[in-house]
Amino acid sequence: MIDVINLRKTYGQLDVLKGITTTIRQGEKIAIIGPSGSGKSTFLRCLNRMEDPSSGSIIFNGQDITDRKVDINVHRRQMGMVFQHFNLFNNKTVLDNIMLAPVYLGLRELRRLKWQNRLIRLRNLLRSEKLPLHPITTSKAQIKAEARETAMRLLKRIGLEDKADVYPSTLSGGQKQRIAIVRALAMNPMVMLFDEPTSALDPEMVGEVLDLIRQLADEGMTMVIVTHEMGFAREVATRVLFMNEGSILEDDTPERIFTNPKHPRTQEFLSKVL
Amino acid sequence: MGNFDKKLERFWEIFIEHDGYVRVLTGLYNTIYIAVAGLAIGILIGTIIAIIRVSPKYNRLSKILDSLCVFYVGLFRGTPIVVQLLVAYYVMLPMLGINMPALSVCVIVFGLNSAAYVSEIMRSGILSVDPGQMEAGRALGLNYRVTMLKVVVPQAVKNIVPTLGNEFITLIKETSVVSFVGAADLYVAFNYIGSNSYEFMVPYLVMAIIYIVLVAIAALIIRQLERSLRKSDRRH
Ligand SMILES: Nc1ncnc2c1ncn2[C@@H]1O[C@H](COP(=O)(O)OP(=O)(O)O)[C@@H](O)[C@H]1O
Ligand SMILES: [Mg+2]
Repeated sequence: MIDVINLRKTYGQLDVLKGITTTIRQGEKIAIIGPSGSGKSTFLRCLNRMEDPSSGSIIFNGQDITDRKVDINVHRRQMGMVFQHFNLFNNKTVLDNIMLAPVYLGLRELRRLKWQNRLIRLRNLLRSEKLPLHPITTSKAQIKAEARETAMRLLKRIGLEDKADVYPSTLSGGQKQRIAIVRALAMNPMVMLFDEPTSALDPEMVGEVLDLIRQLADEGMTMVIVTHEMGFAREVATRVLFMNEGSILEDDTPERIFTNPKHPRTQEFLSKVL
Repeated sequence: MGNFDKKLERFWEIFIEHDGYVRVLTGLYNTIYIAVAGLAIGILIGTIIAIIRVSPKYNRLSKILDSLCVFYVGLFRGTPIVVQLLVAYYVMLPMLGINMPALSVCVIVFGLNSAAYVSEIMRSGILSVDPGQMEAGRALGLNYRVTMLKVVVPQAVKNIVPTLGNEFITLIKETSVVSFVGAADLYVAFNYIGSNSYEFMVPYLVMAIIYIVLVAIAALIIRQLERSLRKSDRRH
């Protein structure tokens, strides 16, 4: 699904990613582990071009999305991203946080079709052979109603439907992160990218967030997750990447990485965190 | 204080009988006009400058525009407004061969001047919003403009409005220099009353009071605006 080929990223003199090549297949749950500063976040953020790679390619859905000419927004809608600090929209209620992007994009598409139909009608007035109009099967109200329905269904799923109309500032960290996750899910992404989703949480809230991610994994969601939760990585991941100084040093099943790491750097890292 | 009674009497005489009040009203009108129109121009141009300054700089053009804005802001914040007025009125206009009423020149100069301050107010208001907000919008596939308008700017406005109010009050106070180019403001009106009554104590006292009241009213309006802003987002 995502082919990463010789991905490099430099900040000035600093080589943060030194040529990363890997493939993320449909249904895989990939955990990225490694010491702080090894480039895990940068790698994850290059996947949806929150950072522009310096060189290399990322093939997503058959298109090289590092090409400046592709509309990256189209691809980002298929890649959900969850941040360490949740980043819920502070000026929107929980429901509006989830509905904002789907409603905006739905309405924009509707507007686009309507304008095209207007132009086609105008053209048909002047020409004898008539072009067919785009069929419009939805309406403003329907787009909003459907987005609301989806959002409420997702909120119910995480047991927070009673929080639909409150603002994020009134929520706990665990609640915020679970809402951030379903906000990304509302776009029906093909893959979810998590950057240390539990690192900013109080310990008692880590469980509820990991439970939700585990559920998504069980449902077959493709995901890439940067994490320091080694137990979780071992249990949920189908593959673990160990990153060190901008390279993938080891890429293997969780069993082998955690019980029998080949590289001395991996051994050293795991002995510190386990 | 018997002396003061006499002074008051003389002030009153000029104020009423020699059309002093007409000049005071004209001055008051001009003061408010310059401040309000100046702020309006300032917000218009300042918004454009702020947008240029906070937008990501991908190409040559946006970098050049950004440098121009930096230069503009530095120029207008780095010189006293009296100097800007004098240069505009006595240097630029004659050089360009343009005839323009002093009042219009004042409105333009105050507008250009406050644009520099307003752009900085807006820029820092936008920069004070957590960058994670923009990232979250972009990660959902919304473009820069939409995320800015729907997420970042609404949060920035809460920081911007109070500071913009201070800028308005500053403008009201700074209008007191427009007589340097011959525009008739409150100072000109009370100076007229003073010179005709050979007595400046009461006119300048009244002038001070009018400025205080003016600023107090402006502050009240701003506070009201802030309150309605806070109410509209129901978060207290
Ligand atoms: N915007 C940036 N500018 C300069 N250096 C950066 C920037 N972002 C990250 N870095 C550097 O890149 C390296 C990798 O960072 P990061 O990907 O965040 O590591 P990790 O997520 O593994 O802790 C670090 O040395 C960090 O200082
Ligand atoms: Mg990181």
